[in-house]
Amino acid sequence: MTGTTILNQKVSFLVKERPYLLDFFTAMAITVPRNQTTLKEFLQSIPSSQLSEFSLNHQSLIDQCLDFIKQMEIFRLQPQQSITEITLKAGHDKNGNPEPNNVVLKVGEVVALVGPTGSGKSRLLADIECLAQKDTPSGRQVLIDGEAPDEKKRLSGDQQLVAQLSQNMNFVMDLTVGAFVRMHAESRLVPDIDFRIDQIFATAVELAGEPFTLETPVTALSGGQSRALMIADVACLSASPIVLIDEIENAGVDRRRALELLVKEEKMVLMATHDPLLALSADRRLVIGNGGIQAILTTSPEERRVISELLVIDKKLSGMRDLIRTGNRLSFSYFLG
Amino acid sequence: MVPEKTSLRLITVAGPPSCGKTSVVLRTVESMQERNLKIGVVKFDCLTSEDQHRYNHAGIPVKKGLAGGLCPDHFFIANIEQALQWGIRSGFDLLIIESAGLCNRCSPHIRGVLAVCVIDQLSGVHTPRKIGPMLKSADVVVLTKGDIVSQAEREVFSFRVRQVNARAAVLPVNGLTGQGNLLLQKHFQNAPLVASLEDYKLRFTMPAALCSYCLGETRIGPDCQIGNVKTMDFS
Repeated sequence: MTGTTILNQKVSFLVKERPYLLDFFTAMAITVPRNQTTLKEFLQSIPSSQLSEFSLNHQSLIDQCLDFIKQMEIFRLQPQQSITEITLKAGHDKNGNPEPNNVVLKVGEVVALVGPTGSGKSRLLADIECLAQKDTPSGRQVLIDGEAPDEKKRLSGDQQLVAQLSQNMNFVMDLTVGAFVRMHAESRLVPDIDFRIDQIFATAVELAGEPFTLETPVTALSGGQSRALMIADVACLSASPIVLIDEIENAGVDRRRALELLVKEEKMVLMATHDPLLALSADRRLVIGNGGIQAILTTSPEERRVISELLVIDKKLSGMRDLIRTGNRLSFSYFLG
Repeated sequence: MVPEKTSLRLITVAGPPSCGKTSVVLRTVESMQERNLKIGVVKFDCLTSEDQHRYNHAGIPVKKGLAGGLCPDHFFIANIEQALQWGIRSGFDLLIIESAGLCNRCSPHIRGVLAVCVIDQLSGVHTPRKIGPMLKSADVVVLTKGDIVSQAEREVFSFRVRQVNARAAVLPVNGLTGQGNLLLQKHFQNAPLVASLEDYKLRFTMPAALCSYCLGETRIGPDCQIGNVKTMDFS
């Protein structure tokens, strides 16, 4: 739609079609009329004295307003061009030894990152985040759906590929769960906000295991509840195709269920973990060492069988955890049963 | 003999106090120094600043300017050309002008000079709207402290930044680990070369001033308010 067309439309209609337009005027403390005025008439009716406080005149206001609409539309349409595959072309480790293979991440896939602290996991993540083009210390190159990203787009920071979930993250806003998710949904410019709120809320409660309400303040959630809400929110609302999960083993949520959810929502999941159950749930493991990928291990059929044994142990452990939590004693009989 | 430099890449970095400007600049220029680029910093502040020690420690030449009793924005603009000439004389490839403590009404950004605004994501999602011209007129917006807030809040924050400034590049950078600084480096390296700021213009006007309080008045009352005074409507 051209600028002229937009300018000749009625403000009331535009605001209904593009609620974000209200934010543009709110930021300048300008009240938007609900009558038959066109956008152009409205913009020109704002007194110059009010505009000069923002170093604007009528022409620059019109330009900025159209620019704003244009950018918001680009933003709104972004999720529709969804990414299905990220390629990490092999680079080298700190000593210049080449990495074994390219790594291709596909939607719905879970890949574990293993290796000690300082081995280069953060470096790998940073390469993906900045869409490395053989210009980082590792020499890796990131391709989106098989193609190198446009350099201008790369520098704009528009494309945030990685959403992160880690133990260190907190909610800093003082809002209820409902208002919080609503705010995120509004900023994502999704059409079905109420549906998303219900979906995320129901998922989060299921993951957390301990109930909370839409009226609970996010800052009052327990550790497990917060983590559950963050996971559900990232799965259903985040714009980023890749989700990095950093050490959620002690987060007090159903970890396997969380992974299933992210996979179902078509995320590519990268998971830094040394928890055997989680690591084997992944399709592959990248072994990181000395700043590079040292090996790529595909989870073997034998390892898949190990999972069922691990699940038995895990169930036992969580049973013991419950006994401790409820003030009971543990005994050897527990191992025999 | 190497011919003397007559211009350098000038960058203004602004942001609220304690948002991480110095850390972001330090992490970003580290690897540029390793590539033998000569970098200098001028730090403008209101009353005190200890940041010059951090720059010195990193081996970066730094000058400090304290506005003291003057309006920090006017002080900044009155000294910027001299700062640039010091940078050129010193043979810098890159001169970074860091300013904090400027009131949110103002912006040090100059047309034709790379303008960077740093904001801290811990400061809450309403911050982008409150900051005003130094955000609105920036070319690059750097978001710090994102590693400790939820993904949802990061996404809301950068959306709100885009609402205020739709054209700027928005880059998350971790001031502690430096993660994310590569793209900022590229912006620094592409900053326009400047030989003199004569005839350059500020992107946003400085506050209209000159009331009696600018001249040191401390008493309160209508008799003491002389000059350019605006009163609120409490009716």
